[in-house]
Amino acid sequence: MSKHVNIKRGLDIKLNGVAEKVTSDSSANVFALKPTDFSGVSPKLVLKEGAKVEAGSAIFFDKNKPAVQFCSPVSGEIKEIKRGEKRKILEVVISSDGASSFKKFSPKSGSRQEVIDALCESGMWPFIKQRPFDVMANPADMPRSIFVTAFNTEPLTADFDYTLYGLDSDFQKGLDVLAMMTEGDVHLNIHSERTASNMFKNAKNVVTNIISGAHPSGNVGVQLNKIAPISKGETVWTLNVLGVTTIGKFFNTGKYDVSRLVAVAGSKVTKPKYVKSFAGAQVEAITKGNVELDNARLISGGVLTGTKIDTKGYLGFHDSTITVIEEGNKTEFMGWLLPGTHKFSMSRTFLSFLMPGKSYNLDTNLHGENRSYVMTNQYEKVFPMDIYPVQLIKACLAYDLEKMEALGIYEVAPEDFALCEFVCTSKTEVQDIIRTTLDKALIDLA
Amino acid sequence: MSDFLSKYRPLFHKGGKYEKYNPLFESFDTLLFVPAATTSKGSHIRDGIDLKRTMITVVLAMIPALIFGIWNTGHQHFLALGEFIAVGDGMMEKMLFGAELVLPVVIVSYGVGLGVEFIFGMKNGHSLQEGFLVSGMLIPLILPISTPLWMVAVATIFAVVIGKEVFGGTGMNIVNVALTARAFLFFAYPTKMSGDKVWIATDGANTVDGFSGATALGDLAGTVSLDRASDAAKQTMQMFEDGGVYSMYNSIMGFIPGSIGETSVIAIGLGALLLLITGIASWRVMVSSIVGGLVMAVLFNVWDANSFMGLDPIHQLMLGGFMFGMVFMATDPVTAAQTAKGQWIYGFLVGFIAILVRVFNPAYPEGVMMAILFMNVMAPLVDHYVIEGNISKRLKRAKLASSQS
Repeated sequence: MSKHVNIKRGLDIKLNGVAEKVTSDSSANVFALKPTDFSGVSPKLVLKEGAKVEAGSAIFFDKNKPAVQFCSPVSGEIKEIKRGEKRKILEVVISSDGASSFKKFSPKSGSRQEVIDALCESGMWPFIKQRPFDVMANPADMPRSIFVTAFNTEPLTADFDYTLYGLDSDFQKGLDVLAMMTEGDVHLNIHSERTASNMFKNAKNVVTNIISGAHPSGNVGVQLNKIAPISKGETVWTLNVLGVTTIGKFFNTGKYDVSRLVAVAGSKVTKPKYVKSFAGAQVEAITKGNVELDNARLISGGVLTGTKIDTKGYLGFHDSTITVIEEGNKTEFMGWLLPGTHKFSMSRTFLSFLMPGKSYNLDTNLHGENRSYVMTNQYEKVFPMDIYPVQLIKACLAYDLEKMEALGIYEVAPEDFALCEFVCTSKTEVQDIIRTTLDKALIDLA
Repeated sequence: MSDFLSKYRPLFHKGGKYEKYNPLFESFDTLLFVPAATTSKGSHIRDGIDLKRTMITVVLAMIPALIFGIWNTGHQHFLALGEFIAVGDGMMEKMLFGAELVLPVVIVSYGVGLGVEFIFGMKNGHSLQEGFLVSGMLIPLILPISTPLWMVAVATIFAVVIGKEVFGGTGMNIVNVALTARAFLFFAYPTKMSGDKVWIATDGANTVDGFSGATALGDLAGTVSLDRASDAAKQTMQMFEDGGVYSMYNSIMGFIPGSIGETSVIAIGLGALLLLITGIASWRVMVSSIVGGLVMAVLFNVWDANSFMGLDPIHQLMLGGFMFGMVFMATDPVTAAQTAKGQWIYGFLVGFIAILVRVFNPAYPEGVMMAILFMNVMAPLVDHYVIEGNISKRLKRAKLASSQS
């Protein structure tokens, strides 16, 4: 059953500031749980400002799936609940007491239901996402299979081989409990060159698939599409190995422990490296003294799919990378006419194509203005799924549900279109189009 | 300069004195300076390419054909007068003579076309999209040199308004804008677009004995009704042999009469190379259209019912607007097929039909324009069936999945 998939279409963008494989500690005092990290979730708070919490205390739950709890990453006190428009909850800020006391769980893994209950109650459940719609999985569903990706291919993102080193027993435990939740197989997808860790290569109780090729080969949706594409009516749960290991650790220790190694990378980082921290930690503590903050963009996650945060922002629930790059808020005289040896492009319209090995300091400039679609065959070069991306996007813009379904909307997530957005001559905001459409369709089709 | 623009920018913004002219201002502003706009949603970094870069690359690719066209205009003129007969002679004179006639056409085409685009931009409140940068260069290159400037202007207005803006502007048009201009002239003023009076600027001067003024294709079309053994037919076909006016060498180099930019396969080849290296034009369309033309030409060659069909297939492709059309016009991404499979089909049919029309229908001595326009209209249909294939594959999978569970 195990497959070898070679992904031919894609693009590796070489950027400066790859995190060196050394680790240092960090100690954040302020943390946050961001409901915006979880697509398809409507939060309902259970605690108020000023409440004392332990690591693992439920802070809010999902109104649509009330069993699923979202928990505090550390022990301390809820300092502030930040709200946006229409009182939408943006961040629940927690100040740590430094004691790191954990709420006691005693998870049972005797049956499928016990596993699901334990994951929901402990706040571990949100690690599991689902296709279609790329939202948090529904514990009431029976997934056809579960797909786990063991590697990141997005530029500058954390290398799971390194960040999860030595956590073999947690990882295996995580796979074992996942296997109890599906009627099908758990697929673990490793990369033919990037994955070297025996922990991944020799994992048991799973179907191991070998993937080769450039980004987006690490995207679980791309792997899913190549190995066993989902059809209407099917559900597949997806997660990455960080989620699996964290879940496994929870079953081994009974603690809500979301500590992780975080890659601090990018051209504005003085010494790109790994830092030990927690989900939700304030990035200031992680990047302190190591980043030129002047005219910088901080991103929780990678440069293609990450979330823009400010210097006081927090690491996302799913993220294990903080990227810092230059803001490109400068005009360039006749920029569209110059030879452009410092510009990166998939097309060979800039002379930089003569230097294939070159690594770039790309900034956040848009390099042009929004235009109608003119160029064709651009997205297809970086979109490996068996789907016509432009046609699907146009169906999304028209919100033609029937057409979207026919063209494969159930198989995609915004991240799968990140490279399309990157290469787009017309500067179309593709990921936003897909996310908005998925959110709307999720409601309309429910 | 940057400060200068910044100073006047507020005048053009909403509520400013010249709010209406914002598209005009913005177009100049962004032409001079790539804006400082940064990514706000989605991917934080972006590819260096934009539509300006794309379009300027295509314009650059057409420059060799333009320069050659300027020279050839002069060359043909002096040939008709019996002066500077050798190719290398009178380089300066030929260039100057050509430039005097060709550059006004280019200027009128750009001036009128961009003017119309600005009017629509102001009316609809959007800044100028760069599509016309390419159309504005294509239009002069596919016209006969003696086209009056007012006709160029009328055709350009027609093409931009009816061919493009009514469909929603750049990126939305069904058929190629430049070819719309040419088709308009072809049907509105047929005497100015074909025959043997329009291809060479003679200025009414006395021409040498034996001067015909026809194009290779015009002469070939003339042989169709003739007996192959007749002297007239033989005379015509002699011109295509080595040493003749339309010899393979002359056709490839482009030393023959024709529309301004279409004659030199070498100059067009240089442009094609740039388009293929940069990846701007679809290599699938380029390759398949040339293959399609070749297949048709070979079939005719095998059939061999008249002198036109009997022409060497490679030679057939080097004549008229075939190479220019396949490199610069069939590959227009907006009007061509958009799927990879569709592009193979589309390209092949463009080439195939171009030669078919050319040889079969003496009323249209050149079939390239018809073929591309026809396939432009058909391209969405081709894509539709290619995409249907993908859809039905997905549907079958879904049925299989639901029958198993």
